[in-house]
Amino acid sequence: MQAPAVELNAVAHRFGRRWALRGVSLRVAAGEALAVMGHNGSGKSTLLRVVATLLRPTRGAGSVFGHDLVGDAGAVRAAVGLLGHAPGLYDDLTAVENLAFAARMLGRPGDRGALLAALEATGLPPDVAAGERARSLSSGMRRRVALARTLLQRPRLLLLDEPYNSFDAAGVALVNELVGETRARGGAALLVTHELGRAEGVCDRIAELEGGLLRAPSDAGEAAPPAARRARLAGGGRG
Amino acid sequence: MAESAWRDGVRRARAVAWKDLVTERRTKANFASVVSLATLMLLLFGFALGPDAAALRAAAAGVLWLTVIFSGTLAFNRSYQLELEDGAIEQLLLYPGDRGAIFLGKLAANLVFVLSMEAAVIPVAAVLYHISPPPAWPMLLAVLLLGTFGFVTLGTFYAVMASRVRSREVVLPLLLFPMLVPVLIAAAEATVALLNGNLMGDAGAWLRLLVVFDVIFFVAAVLAFPYVVEM
Repeated sequence: MQAPAVELNAVAHRFGRRWALRGVSLRVAAGEALAVMGHNGSGKSTLLRVVATLLRPTRGAGSVFGHDLVGDAGAVRAAVGLLGHAPGLYDDLTAVENLAFAARMLGRPGDRGALLAALEATGLPPDVAAGERARSLSSGMRRRVALARTLLQRPRLLLLDEPYNSFDAAGVALVNELVGETRARGGAALLVTHELGRAEGVCDRIAELEGGLLRAPSDAGEAAPPAARRARLAGGGRG
Repeated sequence: MAESAWRDGVRRARAVAWKDLVTERRTKANFASVVSLATLMLLLFGFALGPDAAALRAAAAGVLWLTVIFSGTLAFNRSYQLELEDGAIEQLLLYPGDRGAIFLGKLAANLVFVLSMEAAVIPVAAVLYHISPPPAWPMLLAVLLLGTFGFVTLGTFYAVMASRVRSREVVLPLLLFPMLVPVLIAAAEATVALLNGNLMGDAGAWLRLLVVFDVIFFVAAVLAFPYVVEM
């Protein structure tokens, strides 16, 4: 039996004296996509960063494809790809140089033609990708470079933090294609957003984080919050 | 298996160094300001010591090393600042593989930076402080390289700790300077001995001590870095 893509057992995380997560348990199966919603400060981003091993759980335990978040963090990092709030680019490198750096760090082939093609697939014209430094790109374009980096990585577990920010309709479609493609090859996606309308088509389940607690049950079918709550959450910010 | 991991680490370290050096070459502002500061410090120390050539020569080694340390420290903050500007640090830490490679890449880039800065300011120091190259100049070069290596190793390591706090420009020297004392003493004493023509006695002993400090600090920093860099 295949290990779940994500399994968290009573995971809590504290920043100083403030608890950002207060004991979250959830399970995401391989081939599944889970959307987590919540207001500002509800702990959504912290949840993703704990799963990505960027933060250690203060309490509780978790795993990604059977690899422990703390004991086997290296294997977890090899399996996850994070598209965060910030694109994480180096302003004085061009888009293609940013991607070349990522390719080298990931141990992927990084010939210029392939990297330019990857950027073009996200809608970035080759002259912009190769000729302009990242600092001169618009926020939407910067997000596209970050998306190209995630495409290059082809992670088994996609972690998406407000992935639709700064994207037009074509960008939203690209994000959803990436989620669909990851699921199709047996991967999974954990997505935090307050734009439920854009994620609904690609996610199997929707859970809600409130004050560091997962309100909705994590079982399939029961997790979706009622329509009224979803409408209210759609107006919320990032967590 | 071990060879593949080693090769993987070298590739990743080279990638980090390449990225830092390309960024530095494109901005140039950091290098220019550090070299300007170093030159200014040499001038000010010179004014404070007075016009006596013998006094200037006697103080030259200490002044040069202090100038390198004070100016070079500015480079270390910048090294991590560019990781924080757009949240790049998260992606950097998420790449698979040993995080020690990140340290080695940053160390290599900082080493190139500080050695370049020294190449620019040492001729200025030679003129201002009436220093002529000693007969054992290769040994002096070895002292410069070893002293710089120890300084950059500690600076690269402590800069990642300081990068987590808001007043990092102040915190880094507070963390770094006390730890630099052994390297500073060994490097300055070896330089004085070489400039005075004392080759086989004091210079050799200080040089060996410098090697020991470098090895200890390098091994400790590589081993501790993955824990220190955790967010």
